[in-house]
Amino acid sequence: MELSLNHYLWLSAFMFTVGVVGVLVRRNAILIFMCVELMLNAVNLSFVAFSHFLADIQGQMMVFFVMTVAAAEVAVGLAIVISLFRNRQTINMDEINLLKG
Amino acid sequence: MHEHILFAVLSPLVGFLLCGLLDRLNFIGEKQASREFLLGMLSTLSVVIPFVFGIGFLLELLSLPENLRLFVVPVYEWFAAGDMQVAIAYQIDTLSVTMMLVVTGVGSLIHFYSIGYMHGDAGFARFFSYLNLFIFAMLNLVLAANMPLMFLGWEGVGLCSYLLIGFWYDRRFDGVGISTTTDAANKAFVMNRIGDFAMLAAMFLIFQRIHTLDFNAILAQLSAFDDTHLFWITLLIFIGCTGKSAQIPLYTWLPDAMAGPTPVSALIHAATMVTSGIYLISRLAPLYTLAPSTMTLIAIIGALTAIIAATIALAQNDIKKVLAYSTVSQLGYMFLALGVGAFSAAMFHLVTHAFFKACLFLGSGSVIHALEDEQDIRKMGGLRTAMPATATTFFVGSLALAGFPLTAGFFSKDEILMHTFASGQTLLYAIGILTAGLTAFYSMRLYTLTFLGSARYDLHQHPHESPFTMTLPLWILAALSVLGGLLNLPAVLVEHGVLHRWLLLPDITHSLSHAAEWILLGASSVIAIGGLFFAYSIYSKSPLEAESGWRLLLAKKYYIDELYDILVVKPFQSVLTRSTDAVERLLLNNTFNGLGTAMLALGQVLRRLQSGVAQSYAIAIMFGLMVILTFILFNIS
Repeated sequence: MELSLNHYLWLSAFMFTVGVVGVLVRRNAILIFMCVELMLNAVNLSFVAFSHFLADIQGQMMVFFVMTVAAAEVAVGLAIVISLFRNRQTINMDEINLLKG
Repeated sequence: MHEHILFAVLSPLVGFLLCGLLDRLNFIGEKQASREFLLGMLSTLSVVIPFVFGIGFLLELLSLPENLRLFVVPVYEWFAAGDMQVAIAYQIDTLSVTMMLVVTGVGSLIHFYSIGYMHGDAGFARFFSYLNLFIFAMLNLVLAANMPLMFLGWEGVGLCSYLLIGFWYDRRFDGVGISTTTDAANKAFVMNRIGDFAMLAAMFLIFQRIHTLDFNAILAQLSAFDDTHLFWITLLIFIGCTGKSAQIPLYTWLPDAMAGPTPVSALIHAATMVTSGIYLISRLAPLYTLAPSTMTLIAIIGALTAIIAATIALAQNDIKKVLAYSTVSQLGYMFLALGVGAFSAAMFHLVTHAFFKACLFLGSGSVIHALEDEQDIRKMGGLRTAMPATATTFFVGSLALAGFPLTAGFFSKDEILMHTFASGQTLLYAIGILTAGLTAFYSMRLYTLTFLGSARYDLHQHPHESPFTMTLPLWILAALSVLGGLLNLPAVLVEHGVLHRWLLLPDITHSLSHAAEWILLGASSVIAIGGLFFAYSIYSKSPLEAESGWRLLLAKKYYIDELYDILVVKPFQSVLTRSTDAVERLLLNNTFNGLGTAMLALGQVLRRLQSGVAQSYAIAIMFGLMVILTFILFNIS
C-alpha cells in the first residue's frame, strides 16, 4: 500500500485529538503534560510529512524549533507541578479548585 | 430699546441663582446686618432693573402713534412638534408694559421691605431667591407673546406661590384639613392646578381650530371660531382664572395662603399673581366680547365673590385673613368689570388695588413684626402712638380700600360701578354698592381695632416703629394710593381717562348722562363715608364683639372649606391612598422583588460554570473553538 500525505495527516490528526482529550480528561498533572507532549509530537509529524511530500526543508526546520520549545516548556511545567505539590500535597487536578465560585 | 427685553426678563432669574447660591453664607454673627443688606439690595436691584426697562419701554411706546404701539421680540425657538411651533417671544404693548411696571414697581418696594422684615431669619437668602424667581415667572407671564410661554409663567408663579407659602416649612398652621404651612402651600398649588387643567383644555381647543397659539394670531383669526367654540374657550380660560385669581369656586386657598410671610402675601396674593387672571382676560378681550353668555357668567361670579368674601371679612380676627378676604372681594370687583365689558376699568382697579392692598399688607406686617408675631386683632389696639408711620399709611390704605372720595380706590371702584350700572345690570350694581359699604365697614373695623383705642396686647411688649427699610415702601405705596386715581379720572371730569386712552382695550361702552354719573359718584361717596363712620362708631367704643350665630357662620366662612373637605378632598384622599397602596403592594413590590429574585437565581445557575478546575475552562475553550471552526468550514456567516 502506497503511503500518501493523507495517511500521515490522518495519523497526526488522530494523535492530536487523543492528546486534546487527554488534557481535558485526565486528573494527574504529569499525565496532562504527557498528553501535551503528544499534541506537540503530532504537529511535528505533520510538519515532517509536509516537508517530505512537498520537498521543502522548511518543515523540518520548524520541527527543530518546536522540539526546543517543548523541552523548555517541560522544564518550566514540571517546576510548577513540583511547586504545586509542595503547597497542596496533591497533583490531582480535580482537587485544585481554589478559584471555585 | 425693545430688543433688549431679554436682559430685563433674565435679570430676576440671575438674582434667583445668585441668592440661591449664597444661601449657605453665614447670616448669623457680627456681619449679619451688613450681609443681609447686601444680599437684599442685590435681590432688589435685579427687580429694579426690569422696572427701569419698563419705564424705557413706556417712553418708547409713548413716542409712537397709537396704532404702532406693539413690538414682538422673538428670542428663541422653543420647540416645534408637527405643525405647532412655539417660540420664546415677548410682546411689548401698552397692556404688557402696564403690568410690567406694576409687577416690578410694587415688587421692588416689597423686596426692599423684606430686607427689614426677614431680618434674622435662617432662610433669608432663600426667601429672596424665591421672590426673584417669582418676578421672573411673572414677567414671562405678562410679557409673553403666545399662550405656551404665558402658561409657563402661569405655572411658574403657582410654583413660587407654593414655595413661598410653605417658606417656614416647620411651622404649624391651622385650617380645615390643614395642620402645617406645607399643607396650605399644597392646597394653593393643587387648587391652582385644577384651574390650569381648564386652561390647557382651552389651549387645545384654540390650537385645534387655528393651529397657532400666538396672541396676535388668535385675535386676528377670531372668525375661525364658531359660537360653541367661543363659549367653551372663554369659559375654560375663565375657570383657569378662577383658580389663579381666587374666585368662586376656587378661592379657598387664598386665606390659607396667609401662612406665608407677609411680604409674600403682599406681593403674590394681593398685587401680582392673583391679578394674572384679569390680565389674561384683558389680553383676550376681543375674544371675550364675542361670547356674551360667558361675560354674563363672569360678571355674576365676580359680584357674588365680591359680596360673599366681604361678609366673611367682617368676622375675621386675624389681620391677614381680613386682608385676604378683602383681596378676594376686590378681585371679584375686577371680574365684575370684565364681565360687563369694562376692561379698562378692571385694569385700573388692578393697578390701584396693587398699590393700596400692598400698602395694607406691608403695614400689617409692620404691626405683626412689632408685636412679635401676634396676628389676632383682638389682642392689638392703641398702636397709633407707638407706630405713627405705620398707622398713617395703614389709614390711607384703608381709605383707598373703602373708596373714600378722591383716593385711587374711589376712582377705580366707582368706574367699575358706573359701568355696571350703565350696562343695565342693576342687580349686579346693587350687589356692588352693597359690597362697597361692607368694604368700608370692615376696613374701618380693622383699622380701629388695630391702631385705636387702648392697648389690648401683652404690656410686657413694647412695640416700636419699624425701621426705615420697612416704612419707606409704606409711604410710597400710601402716596400712590392717593395719587393713583389720576391715572383714570371719570368721564365727568375728563373726556377719557389716561389709562383708558393708553390701553385702548375694546371696552363695551354705554352712555351715561353726566347727571347720572354725578349721582353715582355721590352714592359711592356716601356709602363709603357712611360705612367708615358706622364702623368707627361701633368699634371705637366696644372693640370686643359679642359672639352670635351670624358671627360664627361668617367666621367659619360659611363652612365652605368644610364642604369642600367632605365632598372632594377626603374622598379623593381615601380612594387614592387605597389604590396607591394596592398598586404599590401587589404590582410594584412583586415586580421589583421578583426581578431581584430572578437575578439571584440566574446567578446561582451561572456560578456552576466557575468550578475552579482549569480543565473545565479548557473544555469551554475547546467548545467555542469547535463552533468557530464549524462556522468557517461550512461557510456560515
